[in-house]
Amino acid sequence: MMEFALFLGCTIPARLNQYESSSRAVLEKLGVGLVDIREFNCCGYPLRNIDFKVFLLSSARNLALGEKRNLNVMTLCKCCYGSLKKAEALIKENVSLKKEVNSTLEKEGLKYEGKIEIKHLLSVLHKDIGIEAIKGNMAMTFKRLKIATHYGCHALRPSQVVGFDNAIAPSLFDQLVEATGAESIDWPMKLECCGAPLWGVNDRLSMDLTLKKLMDGKKSGADYVCAACPYCHIQFDKVQKMILSQRNMNHPLPSILYTQLLGLSLGLDRKALGLEMNEIPISGIEELLSIETEFGEQPESAEKTEST
Amino acid sequence: MFLKVSLTISLVIFIFALIYKVFTWFRYKIGIGSEEILTSTRFFSAIKGILLTIFSVKILTLLKVFVLDVLLQFRILKEDFLRWIMHIFIYGGFMLLLLMHALDKYITVAIWKEYYSTVNPFIFLRNLFGALVIIGVIIAIYRRFILKVPRLFSNAMDIYAILIVAVIIFSGFFLEASKMVAYSDYKRMVDEYSGLSDPEELKSLEAYWVREFGTVSPNLKAPFDEKILAKGKELHESSCAGCHVRPQWAFTGYVAAKIIRPIGLGIDRVRLPSMLWYLHILACFVGLAYLPFSKMFHIFASSISLLANGVIGKEKLSPANKATLQAMELDACTHCGTCSLRCSVIMAFEEIKNINIFPSEKIASIQALASGRKLSPQELRLIQEGVYLCSNCYRCTVVCPVGINLQDLWFNLRETLLQKGYPEFLVLSPLSFYRGLMREETVLKNYEKPLIQAREAIAAQCDLMKKKDKVLPLTPTDRKLQRGLNLSAQAKTFSVCFGCQTCTTVCPVVGNYEDPQEALGLLPHQIMHAAGLGLRDLAFGSNMLWDCLTCYQCQEQCPQGVHVTDVLYELKNLAVKQVRGRTLQSMERK
Repeated sequence: MMEFALFLGCTIPARLNQYESSSRAVLEKLGVGLVDIREFNCCGYPLRNIDFKVFLLSSARNLALGEKRNLNVMTLCKCCYGSLKKAEALIKENVSLKKEVNSTLEKEGLKYEGKIEIKHLLSVLHKDIGIEAIKGNMAMTFKRLKIATHYGCHALRPSQVVGFDNAIAPSLFDQLVEATGAESIDWPMKLECCGAPLWGVNDRLSMDLTLKKLMDGKKSGADYVCAACPYCHIQFDKVQKMILSQRNMNHPLPSILYTQLLGLSLGLDRKALGLEMNEIPISGIEELLSIETEFGEQPESAEKTEST
Repeated sequence: MFLKVSLTISLVIFIFALIYKVFTWFRYKIGIGSEEILTSTRFFSAIKGILLTIFSVKILTLLKVFVLDVLLQFRILKEDFLRWIMHIFIYGGFMLLLLMHALDKYITVAIWKEYYSTVNPFIFLRNLFGALVIIGVIIAIYRRFILKVPRLFSNAMDIYAILIVAVIIFSGFFLEASKMVAYSDYKRMVDEYSGLSDPEELKSLEAYWVREFGTVSPNLKAPFDEKILAKGKELHESSCAGCHVRPQWAFTGYVAAKIIRPIGLGIDRVRLPSMLWYLHILACFVGLAYLPFSKMFHIFASSISLLANGVIGKEKLSPANKATLQAMELDACTHCGTCSLRCSVIMAFEEIKNINIFPSEKIASIQALASGRKLSPQELRLIQEGVYLCSNCYRCTVVCPVGINLQDLWFNLRETLLQKGYPEFLVLSPLSFYRGLMREETVLKNYEKPLIQAREAIAAQCDLMKKKDKVLPLTPTDRKLQRGLNLSAQAKTFSVCFGCQTCTTVCPVVGNYEDPQEALGLLPHQIMHAAGLGLRDLAFGSNMLWDCLTCYQCQEQCPQGVHVTDVLYELKNLAVKQVRGRTLQSMERK
């Protein structure tokens, strides 16, 4: 069985439980084993502005913990992903930095050699499990659902470091969204930032950017925006709600986590998906689910039903 | 007499101290929302809250929390088995000793009419309970000083706590042991209880006790005649055994007695038993009188914290009760270090040597602050940095064995400190995301102030930004700036910038403004250029630096391979380091 050390980071357990529970449910269904490492700490992302070394040490300690158990690390957060990948790249290319980091980690009996892989949930779904296998597990598909797919900056860029997908014309997430039967729409601001990094630092600017992006999605015909990162989702959900009330606006573009979307079409337990935990209601999406899967005729899904 | 007087004194001190400590729970002010509330308001609102809870279904939750968390301490068990054994042994053994042994006249006698401290099961149980405490204390010492549990700090109070328990228990055991070997104590019991007067009989009994129970006699020495021993056994069974079991039942004391037997006569001559009695009693009374001021006060405060937080859950407390709860929680902290062990940002301490980064150590600083002690600007700034350097992951709150809502404590205090006017540069990082999310839930006075303050403090150090005509020298003004950009090799790439402005063109922040230069100062390509020219002030003082989303659009698109975002990151690091240093200096001068 495929197995990963699950790196939850700080935001998900504290503020986005539905992302954790829905991810666990989806991955269990798709046969991915998860190992929880209690000693994991913050990836260092929030401190990159302040102290490079703190960021690097924080990331490296997590990677060393994964390496100690010989497990590849999977993140659910794009910022965690970007930070861990950045730390990996820096340590691999700079011998003196590696030495310095390891001399600190040594105090705890840890060492980072760069032997393990760092993956985001979406790349695990796309590359390790595969679109066809996911389709084979579908219980239902969405009909007439338009999704504005949001990639998230720290997964896409800098592409040399993260290697997530083609940074100019990515398609990984679109394919995953379309596997559920939904349509992943084209929208001009698809690859723009969600605005979260400035939330709490410069709220006005953050609001401008978030709103611009969401309005663009709406104008392009989206019913929902879909993210696979706690920062992006909270920005599109809780913060959007705050923005709308502050600027006296109605009609939000609700945000759904990818694991909620996928979980629905996999027919998973509603409780694990936590739909009602989103600040802006998304339960209406269930009406668009239809039992006949468009892939129903395909032989592999028939096999799957037999085996289960 | 001595017993009565010293007990009364220690009890009086204990009670007054207890009242004082509880009073501080209503008086100490921690963080936002607590400043304007009167002590009396807090007191009555607490009483009301308690009554409303007791006379509701929540009483069931309280009972559950009391059994599982307060008595059985499941929260410690969940965290670490060895620690649970340690604590349950110390606390369980000690409480049972208190009830059965120390308060025997009041409790044990009331339950068992035929109670004697020298018969079973009491003599055995007393030793068993004591042995549990000793095992617990040994584990505690092992954990702190040999195993060296990571990030478990030992302060004077922790050492005192282990010491006072150890002194009470060991003095008790050696008191028992010394009485076992001391001839005077044997003689007293014979005189008082045996009713024997025939010298032959007395001699036989004494021989039996010396042989069997380790009494050290100045008159008799082994080997003894079998007949005498047989007679002694008979006398023991008829005169003593009725209310004195074989001392071997006091197994811990008996082991100690074996050790000290060779000096048994000397022990009796200096009346060690009575010295140890005084030590045992005094240690107990000192422990009692000092309890409210020591870590041992957690016996009360931690139980209350567990019960209170057990019923509060996620519901909102009134500001008055919240203030009281938070003041009480400071006393509930046992300095066990679980929060620091699990803290998400502990790696920060490797570079930023501020002890307040560790949650367990923040508590001590907050206690000082709450008690109204005058703290220097430097100390305040360190606490402020410590409470802000937090990813708000709630782990400390989740793992706290006594259920303290630590996250809430940090948040509350953070706001108060930020309003005091010392610039905190950490607010210019994504650590502020949580503060932004909280801006509606908690009424944050002057939400913008700390953000403006930090930016202004940086701008104040950048003289060139203030120049009106903006005529700048073309020669590098600060060569150190370029040398400073060396945290990673990537930052050096600014030197290949040829000024094509692609970075600025694709920047979503720049694109957000009609007049970007007015709002942001230097734009990304200009900052790359400023780094090349060594124009420190212009790079640091530009809003662009702090308004960067780190979305990496600029870096991705740069035709020259300049790591624009990474250079911006490093400039921010440098700016914080330099400005923090200078603000500190100017604070010290004040």
